[in-house]
Amino acid sequence: MSLQSRADLATPTPTLPLAGGGSRTESVAAAHVTIRGLTKRFNDALVYDRFDLDIPRGKLVSVFGPNGCGKSTLINMIAGLIPTDAGEILFDGKPLNDIKFGYVFQNYREALFPWLRSIDNIEYPLKLMKLPKAERRARVERLVSHLGVKIDLARYPYELSGGQQQLVSIMRALVVEPEILFLDEPFSALDYEMTLFMRAQLQRIFIETGTTTVLVSHDLEEAVYLADRILLLSRRPARVADYVHYDAARPRSDATLSERDFITVKAHCLEVFQREVRKG
Amino acid sequence: MTRLRLDPYLPIIGVIGLIAIWYLAVWYEVVDKVLLPSPADTFRALWNGMTGGRLGVDFARTVERTIVATLIAAAIAIPLGIFLGASEKLYRSVEFVIDFFRSTPASAMFPLFLVLFGVGDKTKISVAAFGAALVILFNVAYGVMNARKTRLLAAKVMGASRFRVLTDVMLLESLPQTFVGLRNGVSLALVIVVVAEMFIGSTDGLGQRVFEAQQLFEMPDMYAAIFAAGALGYGLNLLFLLVERRFVHWSGK
Repeated sequence: MSLQSRADLATPTPTLPLAGGGSRTESVAAAHVTIRGLTKRFNDALVYDRFDLDIPRGKLVSVFGPNGCGKSTLINMIAGLIPTDAGEILFDGKPLNDIKFGYVFQNYREALFPWLRSIDNIEYPLKLMKLPKAERRARVERLVSHLGVKIDLARYPYELSGGQQQLVSIMRALVVEPEILFLDEPFSALDYEMTLFMRAQLQRIFIETGTTTVLVSHDLEEAVYLADRILLLSRRPARVADYVHYDAARPRSDATLSERDFITVKAHCLEVFQREVRKG
Repeated sequence: MTRLRLDPYLPIIGVIGLIAIWYLAVWYEVVDKVLLPSPADTFRALWNGMTGGRLGVDFARTVERTIVATLIAAAIAIPLGIFLGASEKLYRSVEFVIDFFRSTPASAMFPLFLVLFGVGDKTKISVAAFGAALVILFNVAYGVMNARKTRLLAAKVMGASRFRVLTDVMLLESLPQTFVGLRNGVSLALVIVVVAEMFIGSTDGLGQRVFEAQQLFEMPDMYAAIFAAGALGYGLNLLFLLVERRFVHWSGK
């Protein structure tokens, strides 16, 4: 695996829709989400033009790119929040309506329901699934103990800290046992201390559940640190500038940030990013 | 520290100041004695009136009319506001009409309602309800329209149907604004009811009490009735605030 990432580094192939030769067979075999011919316009701006992408199963993919290139737009289209103009997005060959997924918004304050206690917020999607009360409670309790969360869930969201609120949002997304989890810049509204803590939490959750995860990030360090693959997008219309592997063992820690492999991958991503920024 | 302990009592300073100025005005006869009775005489009239006097009866009648008018207004305006607010296009198409009549002084509608409902309670209550309903409607509709988009999306993304989004999110999102509407509505209803009681063949109510006391030159009674009306307005507002704080605990957070 680490060989592959070096192969990518050696021969970056930014113009191809998918990353270099070695990874293609691997990603096709394990593809969870397949995106083909995705096209999206906002008024006159062409944001995506016949865009292809595979998201591998059980991996954490970070999406990184220049401002306004459509990082969030991409996961919003995959998650069905924004309609697409053309193209096909399939999950194991099935459309979005047939699968369970979780979505975590950047703005936890506006995404949680302040009239519900935290526990009822987490239970809400189960309520929509018409599960009985006892079953809902049991599921939340299982999730809480599974994740080792230490928050007083009887409190209302506005009584919790920002990080705790975002953790509640993530739990609300996870409680349905989703096949895929989307996170749109989930930690960008938090201070640095809380961001570090939440990164560790998210990594823990990922190790525990192994859920295919797509994370939009505006922080390259975070994008690389958390990811198995880093999807680097170009300016509009967004193409895959590179789709880099990062295979450091989990759990990763602060020490990871100073390892050679991490530094090399991050430097490569930065180089690709800078090149794309300059093109604009 | 001493400031902190004094803080809750600060509002009393204004009250004491007002009464002091009032006493001085009476003492130095700045205003004719007949026109401005002393605070003591006024509060005696207020006390006697409210405890077994006619003022208490009038007070109760005004409360009754105001509450009934507000309830009718709320019963019509809240569902209608939700309905209109749920579709921004729909609201935009009736917005001008709502804003126009919201800006029309409700008192200008008295003759029309007199023709419709005659010289009774019906007219007073319906004009007040009309005025209050527009205020409530406008606030509820805006509350629904301004529901946080993220919250609606969050419900949608979790698989909520359009109906569930409406009942589980939009309704609750609009509650803080609905309460703003209710508070403004009840204040307006009280204003209209009191004016109606003055001029539309009334035999009771605070408005009638103020008017009659003035006609008979019973100045302490008139001031007493004015204070009773003030206390009522303040009390109704406070009541809605307390209810709001109890049921919309997340407001402003």
